Amino acid sequence: MTARLADAPLFTGSDWDFGLINRIHDAIEPIALQEMKLNIYPNQIEIISAEQMLDAYSSIGMPLFYKHWSFGKQFVTNEMMYRKGRRGLAYELVINSDPCINYLMQENSATMQTLVIAHAAFGHNHFFKNNYVFRQWTDAEGILDYLEFAKRYIAQCEERYGQLEVERVLDAAHALMNQGVHRYPRVRPRDLKSEAAREAERQAYRDRIYDDLWRTVPVGARADAVPSDARRAALGLPQENILYFLEKTGPRLHSWQREVLRIVRLISQYFYPQRQTKAMNEGCATYTHYRIMTTLHERGLLTDGAFMEFLQSHTNVVYQPTYDSGHFGGFNPYALGFGIMSDIERICLAPTEEDREWFGDIAGSGDPVEVLKDIWANYRDESFVSQYLSPHLIRHWRLFNIVDRTSESELRVDAIHDERGYRRIRRALAREYDIGRQEPDIQVVDVDLAGDRRLIVEHSVVDGVLLEASDATMVLQNLADLWGYEVALKEVDAETRKELKSHVGQPRSNWLR
Amino acid sequence: MHIVDRRLNPGGKSLVNRQRFLRRAKAYVQQAVRDSLKDRSIKDLDKQGQITIQRDAIHEPTLHRAAQGGNRERVFPGNRDYMEGDRIKRPDGGAGAGSQAGQGDGNDDFQFALSREEFLDLFLDDLELPDLAKRRLIGGAVDGIRRAGYSTAGNPSNLSVPRTMQKALSRRLALRRPSSGDLKRIEEEIAEIEARAPPLPDDAVRLEALREERSHIIRRRNLIAYIDPVDLRYRRFETVPKPVAQAVMFCLMDVSGSMTEHMKDLAKRFFALLHLFLTRCYEHVEVVFIHHTDRAAEVDEQTFFYSTVTGGTLVSSALDKLMEVVKDRYRPDDWNIYVAQASDGDTMQSDNGRVVSLMQDDILPLCQYVAYLEVGREEFADVDMVGTTTGLWQAYAPVSEAHRNFVMRKVHHRREIYPVFRELFQRKGMAEKSG
Repeated sequence: MTARLADAPLFTGSDWDFGLINRIHDAIEPIALQEMKLNIYPNQIEIISAEQMLDAYSSIGMPLFYKHWSFGKQFVTNEMMYRKGRRGLAYELVINSDPCINYLMQENSATMQTLVIAHAAFGHNHFFKNNYVFRQWTDAEGILDYLEFAKRYIAQCEERYGQLEVERVLDAAHALMNQGVHRYPRVRPRDLKSEAAREAERQAYRDRIYDDLWRTVPVGARADAVPSDARRAALGLPQENILYFLEKTGPRLHSWQREVLRIVRLISQYFYPQRQTKAMNEGCATYTHYRIMTTLHERGLLTDGAFMEFLQSHTNVVYQPTYDSGHFGGFNPYALGFGIMSDIERICLAPTEEDREWFGDIAGSGDPVEVLKDIWANYRDESFVSQYLSPHLIRHWRLFNIVDRTSESELRVDAIHDERGYRRIRRALAREYDIGRQEPDIQVVDVDLAGDRRLIVEHSVVDGVLLEASDATMVLQNLADLWGYEVALKEVDAETRKELKSHVGQPRSNWLR
Repeated sequence: MHIVDRRLNPGGKSLVNRQRFLRRAKAYVQQAVRDSLKDRSIKDLDKQGQITIQRDAIHEPTLHRAAQGGNRERVFPGNRDYMEGDRIKRPDGGAGAGSQAGQGDGNDDFQFALSREEFLDLFLDDLELPDLAKRRLIGGAVDGIRRAGYSTAGNPSNLSVPRTMQKALSRRLALRRPSSGDLKRIEEEIAEIEARAPPLPDDAVRLEALREERSHIIRRRNLIAYIDPVDLRYRRFETVPKPVAQAVMFCLMDVSGSMTEHMKDLAKRFFALLHLFLTRCYEHVEVVFIHHTDRAAEVDEQTFFYSTVTGGTLVSSALDKLMEVVKDRYRPDDWNIYVAQASDGDTMQSDNGRVVSLMQDDILPLCQYVAYLEVGREEFADVDMVGTTTGLWQAYAPVSEAHRNFVMRKVHHRREIYPVFRELFQRKGMAEKSG
């Protein structure tokens, strides 16, 4: 390393200017691209003030967004917290777009600017571009144009139909935003040629198994169930994307209202990957910045003082309070992601016997960055934890699992950091990151469009956890308003199919005009 | 990679959203603003401040799993002494093990800060000045343009010719530029000598000297310009806010022994509200405090509210004083005059006639609005309702009947101040009264 020691550090004080930002970026780039071989979108670095950071906060971090009062509510909360000094602002904000936009705060010191460039412009950027969930669900190239379109479209609707009218639709759509995502990639409609081939194949099969004897078997009266099945199939039911269903099927919506639902739904879909890769995304960015900053320091590009400043900030970011510390609020995604990733590095470089037993494929591979890059590309939080949370780390954090059963009067410690508990703890923690378990499974199951048009929505209850009742009633009201007819929400136990609870929403008259 | 400096971009992107939020929560915010009156001292009634509203008011519902009930599992870090199979008593927060800190903000109040303008807008929303006063306000305040000396640069149309010529003259004098008269005199002399026949013996020498002098003068006149760019002077203008709408508010209060601290406090609150309201409507508001017993005096605010004077009660003395101050300092043509009088209603029967005539004939024609506030004892809040009216009330009652811009109200308790104030200035309030 001494051979490559730099003549002078990148900077000495805490002040920065645009020339320095350029030099910092140019110093980091070879480390990230040539040594770590990251694959990133081109970067665009934007310097903003604290005021602008507050603005960006309140529109979910996006540079442009349509207008809605709920963003104003966000804004006043953040502003209040910030002015009172109760909460600092993030040092950076990064947008999953191509080019990747990084917002840097002007108040950051030179060390912090170096840190956030490494963190966001290379760490997050690499994750956005390579992780499969993002590749599957988001269109980094088109998002800014789409937001621009959405903003303009909603502004036009407001001009034409009135602000309040649009606001009502947006309110209702926002309430259903989490039910506005496709969770599984849709089956693509087959082209006609392969469709014809399949049909011929079916016909051949029927010919082969044809037996005239079946014709003589008397047919029972079982015709009743078929029409409702056909009806459901025609509507694509069951459908988990309620906003999509409303947009396509809602009998009383105007076309602009359908478009508004579509906008809300697509934006919700865009953020869906972020919700299931929080720990990995932050872990990837934190690991990247840690490695880059350390390398810069080793090569004499960072002064010892700057490195100390970095370490202090880094330690704060990856701090994980224990459950009894008084400020425990769940797992810190930075700590969890960075912890597991550093542990993977250790396993690759200096594995113990135990590691070889648990992680035979990567233990001692010697190239942690390649292993991590593969993980960053192919996992999400749930699969990441369930695959790579090591016994070493479980002992280090002294994890334990608590079970709360309605049938028991007390809580029970189900597993601790011992031989018997590792797998159980790992499974339990992974489940906490399983978006399919954390979010209620709600689907549109039936509607008779030719009949009373009553929409039936089903919540499939897992572990006996029902929906928050007061919110459910309010959301159901919104759903009924959008649908235009009565809506019933049934909470059905996933295993026994027993109906546990049901809610009914009636549309308000004159809501849809 | 490229860097964009966004710091100079216009901020306030969230302003529209913020306004929409305030509109959305208006009913709640307004209630909160009015409630906050109780906690604020009069002096900082109009300061910006924190507002707390219920979170329910602006709740955004979603479908999510309840925080309680059902079978749950959760992993925690930092085990110290638990072993597998240990039992833990269920915490009071219901199901869900361990600390729930950081998640339990469900029923918090929602806090945020309002700017002074927002606060006042909400506070005084749907109040307006009576019609009569509004007419004076039409046109609002405009920026006037005022001459402000001269400058060396400016628009050609603003060139000040006299000032420029003056500058040129003084420069020419200082540099001793030969005048056209000098040139003319020498040329005449040359012509005279040349025309002389026969010439005198020293004419040739003389002519030579004269010609040299002439060329000197011509050269000098060419070198020193008649008007030089440095002479140019332009008229300079600046804009000044021109107070077209200004108001003076007279606070009249009886400070005789019968007025208790409680009554004074009520009066003070009313005055403060009126002052706040006028500041919203007029750019420039002056306040005159007149207190009276059987003699009236103009005093400062401190004395007005906190001094104690003993004596009888002669309301007319205050009205006299008011007329005197108006005559002295506030020409009714230039000023919108508002009068707020507070008293417990005690008066000398013999004085009433004069009070009424002063009010009707002299004061009301000059004023935009006169409000008489009768403050009562807190404990008599119900008793007075029965109909025992005071002397002053009886005297003023017919005045109020006859004049639209005279109103009177009774107040016993602090909590009635704001409703009474609103009642007085509510939109269409005057219309009902006159109709």
